[in-house]
Amino acid sequence: MTDVIDTLAAIAPGSPLDAVRNMRPQARLQAQASHDSLFEPVSEADANKLERFAIACFVAGLHEQPQIAAFYGKGLVPAEAPAMLQAAIGAAVAAAKVAGPYGRYRKGPLSIEDQTGPVHRIAAPTREVLGPRLAAAFEHAHMLVFHPRDSAPSYLQALLDAGWSTTGIVVISQLVAFLAYQIRVVAGLRVLNARPA
Amino acid sequence: MTDKVLSPPDHVEPVVFSRDQLDWLPWLEPMAEQDLTARHMAGLVDAARAKSPYFRLLARDPEVLEARTRTDKDIFYNPEAGLPRAERELAAAVTSRFNGCIYCASVHARFAATYSKRAHDIDRLLADGVAADLDARWNAIVAASVALTSTPIVFGPEHVDGLRKVGLDDASIVDVINAASFFNWANRLMLSLGEPAAPPAKS
Repeated sequence: MTDVIDTLAAIAPGSPLDAVRNMRPQARLQAQASHDSLFEPVSEADANKLERFAIACFVAGLHEQPQIAAFYGKGLVPAEAPAMLQAAIGAAVAAAKVAGPYGRYRKGPLSIEDQTGPVHRIAAPTREVLGPRLAAAFEHAHMLVFHPRDSAPSYLQALLDAGWSTTGIVVISQLVAFLAYQIRVVAGLRVLNARPA
Repeated sequence: MTDKVLSPPDHVEPVVFSRDQLDWLPWLEPMAEQDLTARHMAGLVDAARAKSPYFRLLARDPEVLEARTRTDKDIFYNPEAGLPRAERELAAAVTSRFNGCIYCASVHARFAATYSKRAHDIDRLLADGVAADLDARWNAIVAASVALTSTPIVFGPEHVDGLRKVGLDDASIVDVINAASFFNWANRLMLSLGEPAAPPAKS
C-alpha cells in the first residue's frame, strides 16, 4: 500500500529514513489512515470528495508546495472537477499568499505580540467558479493556515451560512489541520533525507 | 435541529500563557453522550474521552479522530529510541506558543515541565516566547520547531545541522519533526472550534 508521506518525501523502502520511520510504526500507519479517512471517506454527506481535494490543493498551494499541490490536483480528476475549477484554485492560491503565523490575542498582556495581517476574501470572479460553499471553505482554510489565533465564532457562522453542516465543518477543519501536519512532516523529512549524517 | 454556533457560558478568558489547568468550551455542538455509537466510541479510543466536549465534537468524524489519536499517542508516548518524552513535549509547547494556542501550550508546558524537571525554563518560554534563551540543546529544538511551524515552512539543512550539533540522532530529529508537525494539526482544531476558559478565580 502506498504511504503518501513516503511518496511525497521520496523515502525509498529499505533506506535509512524508512528504518527511522518504522521506529514509530503506529504514527506512520495512522498518519496514512488519517489521510485515507479524509480522502476516501465513509460518507460524503457533509463534504464530498471534490470539495476535499479542492481544499487540499488550495492548502498545499498556500504552503508553497507545488509538488504536494500537484499530488492533490490529481485527485480532482476522478472527482470530476471541471477545468474551470482547477484554474480557479490556481487563481485563489496566487491571490492568497502571505506568511504566518500572525494574528491577535484577546486584549491583555499578550496584545504587544499582536501581528496584523489580512483576513482573506476570495475575489468575485474566483468565487463565481468555486461557488459559495468552496469559497467559504477557502476563506476559512486561509485563516487556519496563516492566522489560526484569530479564530472566532463568526468564522464558523460564515461556514454555516454558506451551507456547511456542523459535521461538515468538523471534517474540513480536520482536513486543513491534518494537511498542516502532513505537509510539515513531508517538508521536514525531505530536508533530512537530503542531509545524511 | 438547525446547526448553529454556540455561545459559551460566562467564563474567565485566559490572557496569558501558563501551565494552569484550563477548560475548553466548544463553539459548535458536540455529539450528545447518549448518541455515541460503537463507531464513535472506537473513534474516541479511550472511553473516558466521551466526557470531553472537544472529543465529542471531533467524534462527528470518528474515523479521522481515531487515526489522529493513534498518531498522537505514538509520536508522544512510544518510549523506543529517539527523543526523550520531555523534549517531544517541548516541541509541542513551542509550536503551541508560536501559533498562539493558549490551551495546547498549557497542557504540553505542564508535561514538558514534569518530564524535564525544568519548570523555570518552560515558564520563561511561556512568558518570553520562542526567543527565550534556554540552553544550546533546547534552543536548537525550539528553532527547528519554529521553522517547521512557519508558513511557508522555513525548516532547512541548517536546522538539521543545529540539532545534530547538540547531540540529536536521526530518530530524535524525526521526533522533533513529528511532534512540531502534529501540534500544527492540534493547535488549529483547538483554536478554531472553541475557546479556553480559566479556572474560576479563588475567593
